[in-house]
Amino acid sequence: MSATAATLPAARPRQLALSRDDLVARGVLLAVVAFLVLFLLAPMAAIFVRAVQDNDGNFVGLKHVVVTLTNPSLLQAAWNSIWVAGVVALISVPAAFVFAYALTRSCAPLRGTFRLIALIPLLAPSLLAAIAFIQWFGNQGIAKPLLTWFGISTIYGPLGMILSEVYNTFPHALMILITALTLADGRLYEAADSLGTSTLRKFFTITLPSCKYGLISAATVVFTYVVSDFGAPKVIGGNFNVLSVDVFTQVVGQQNFGRGAVVGLLLLIPSIVSFVIDHRVRRKLRAQLSARSVPYAPKPSRGFDLAMTAYCVLVCALLLAVVGMALWTSLIKLWPYDLTLTLRHYEFVLVDSDLAPAYTNSLKLGLYSAVFGSLTVFVGAYLIEKTRGLDVVRPLIHLLAMLSMAVPGLVLGLGYIMFFNHPANPLGFLYATMPILVLSIIVHYYTSSHLTAITALKAIDNEFEAVSASLKVPFYKTFFRVTLPVCLPSLLDIARYFFVVSMASLSGVVFLYSPDTVLASVAIMNLDEAGEIGPAAALASLIVLTSIAVCLVYAVATRVLLLKTQAWRSVARR
Amino acid sequence: MDLAIPAAMVADFERESAPPALSIEGVHKRFERFVALQHIDLQVRQGEMLCLLGPSGCGKTTLLRIIAGLEAQTGGRIVQNGRDISWLPPVKRDYGIVFQSYALFPNLTIAENVAYGLVNRSRGKAEIAARVEELLKLVGLPTSGPKYPGQLSGGQQQRIALARALATAPRLLLLDEPLSALDALERIRLRGEIRRLQQQLGVTTIMVTHDQEEALSMADRIVVMNHGVIEQIGSPHDIYERPATPFVADFVGKVNVLPAVALGGGRFRAGRLELQCAGDCGDHAPGTPVRLYLRPEDRVVEGALDGAPNRVRGRVSKVEFLGSSCMAEVRIDELDGLPMQMVFSLNQLHDLNVRVGAGLELALRSDRIRVFGAKDASQ
Repeated sequence: MSATAATLPAARPRQLALSRDDLVARGVLLAVVAFLVLFLLAPMAAIFVRAVQDNDGNFVGLKHVVVTLTNPSLLQAAWNSIWVAGVVALISVPAAFVFAYALTRSCAPLRGTFRLIALIPLLAPSLLAAIAFIQWFGNQGIAKPLLTWFGISTIYGPLGMILSEVYNTFPHALMILITALTLADGRLYEAADSLGTSTLRKFFTITLPSCKYGLISAATVVFTYVVSDFGAPKVIGGNFNVLSVDVFTQVVGQQNFGRGAVVGLLLLIPSIVSFVIDHRVRRKLRAQLSARSVPYAPKPSRGFDLAMTAYCVLVCALLLAVVGMALWTSLIKLWPYDLTLTLRHYEFVLVDSDLAPAYTNSLKLGLYSAVFGSLTVFVGAYLIEKTRGLDVVRPLIHLLAMLSMAVPGLVLGLGYIMFFNHPANPLGFLYATMPILVLSIIVHYYTSSHLTAITALKAIDNEFEAVSASLKVPFYKTFFRVTLPVCLPSLLDIARYFFVVSMASLSGVVFLYSPDTVLASVAIMNLDEAGEIGPAAALASLIVLTSIAVCLVYAVATRVLLLKTQAWRSVARR
Repeated sequence: MDLAIPAAMVADFERESAPPALSIEGVHKRFERFVALQHIDLQVRQGEMLCLLGPSGCGKTTLLRIIAGLEAQTGGRIVQNGRDISWLPPVKRDYGIVFQSYALFPNLTIAENVAYGLVNRSRGKAEIAARVEELLKLVGLPTSGPKYPGQLSGGQQQRIALARALATAPRLLLLDEPLSALDALERIRLRGEIRRLQQQLGVTTIMVTHDQEEALSMADRIVVMNHGVIEQIGSPHDIYERPATPFVADFVGKVNVLPAVALGGGRFRAGRLELQCAGDCGDHAPGTPVRLYLRPEDRVVEGALDGAPNRVRGRVSKVEFLGSSCMAEVRIDELDGLPMQMVFSLNQLHDLNVRVGAGLELALRSDRIRVFGAKDASQ
């Protein structure tokens, strides 16, 4: 405080001698860094390199960039992506806000059930919604007359995309907004009440400002999701071209890697922008959270509660109508000619067709990602949070972990082809194998798992490692004996998350599968293209049902496990 | 500490002349724009209880963490029982540590917690069990072995943390604000117990605290720190009665500060008052502005007043009830109504009729006045 920088030694301060423990910790930490550099940073760099090379690897400067950016059809696709994403955000965010408001601020009954139903879209690949909307409003759809009555000729195109994406993004926006609304300080409302403030004024002066950041965050998340989603536009987009489909056609269809790389970089822009916005917003949210606030407890109010219940029922009915349509389609012989119930489509996708391994492959991918993903993420978070040394590397892990969120699956997949499929890459043997699918899933969904793990680790005492060092017990013993058991609930949560997202994931893996490792989500896309809508619906339903089953098993298993291994929690005082 | 038994004095003498348990030589901790520790020299005697006392941010915790090897100093040496441990990682050092947060492993039972460091030293099961039982008895919780930490109160948990730290019989015990998370009653109870245990085992102990009462009641010696510098090292009596700097006088105990001018010969002018200082009043040339420091109890009242120097009159302007005593604010006439805090026992309160508005005659104790230069004091 009193001495100035001038009096300080310029040399790098000496470090304590390293114990064996330190070496172990540093070794594993470096392994995690290497993992993230190799499977996140390097593929991204490969895209940048590829954007200035021709297919033979010669440097061509900005040729691809110029050609691509002056291409009218591409500019049209970019504009289409943007305005559709904007419209989706304008519908999805307000709809989710009212829903979140009903769940957190009203005394509507069945709020827990409403919440669970609203989260169902998370369990399905984005293709499912598109298939369901085609069944509802397609050329032979049940509700096609409704469309005609509005004077709209077809569901294929922007309308179908918007409907599907509103369905897909609803739970994403909802989760953010529920958090934002839950953070409200009840005392503010009590203070306002004591001053005789009207309900409307309270809403505009307290509620809206307090979830401003949540709304911004939700809007950017929805926008990015839509711009980089691939499944729904592929199925229901028709001739309406968007960037995500364009990059797929360029790379997989025409092997035009240069243009693919440039479009990939374009797709990165909204993600990076929203990443920055989201990052800043989250910091503000945390600041709100850290204030010692009293949670808001809603009071019953008949009219309001009734209106909110009605709204929730309506939204849930619409959401269930989508997934229900997919389920029904999978169970009838052939719409609209033969409506007899059958399991034929399930038999077809699981046994008879050459796509039979798809479902088991997806299951395997889910299991591997759950096991290896949760361990990698947790160990990485533990080492950052609880060990010391290598201070240069630590922020790097954190940065890379956060960066993974900013990279859309499609762009990551693109990077993987360009990096691992490169003839000079010694890791090329990984290409088109199950391990690379697992690795891409772990990297793509790293961020939120990392944050979950960090939160869990921050909640336990910071001095465990210091205590064990003073008792001469190696830190990894304490990790296995104390930290891991204490954090088991979070670890299982991360594992479940990895399972569910890998079952539904399409955009990243679509570049990486081989005939041996074809996945259910990819198979749905191929079946849909072949007009096999029944089997496609069957496979999509299977994914949803499997994820629901896994979530149920998880709920039961954690309860049993907690009773058995976490006895110390239940006996805690208070 | 006021032991008059010769044997104890001999023991004290031996302790002071024995090689130090821990010797800190010129340790500093500097960051780019911030100095956490300036240049710390400190000898910790065998078997003593040393308290690092200071406001938050004074560097006391940093010093403790450097001794534990949890942070690296930027320079200087640390020698424990003749062994240079300056650059050893924590696992290679010999100490037990107790944190404010207890840091008990929540998923292990009390017995498993206490045995945590024993298991690693390849001892027999029976031996470990016996040692755990012994330690639990030592901290007064003999039956808590099968319980989990969550079932114990804060004070009980801290006792277990102490037992765990002592289990491996370390030669140095580090306590990082061990009582700060406890409620007032539990804090006082555990205060005495830690001290009793420490003396019984004779383990050299360094405790960090920001609570002066804790330090005064527990320590053999107190190290008062501020801004990364040691302000004073001394026994609790020394620190309280003979604060070396204005900071120490301010930080430990309450104090009245009177602006004055030195007149020479231990005399000072404050307001219309000429005060006689009989204690250690420093060397201040006549005319130098100074500050006189006087604790609230350092006044003479009725009965002993006759012939006492430094007599003043004042009027009570406020009385704060503190339980067994009262703090009265007295506006001193001779100092143009400058308020001084004066402590009175309840009995004195009644006998002297101390109440708001009452006049009071008293004398400031000349042997207790501490004098600091005005420049030092205004820091």
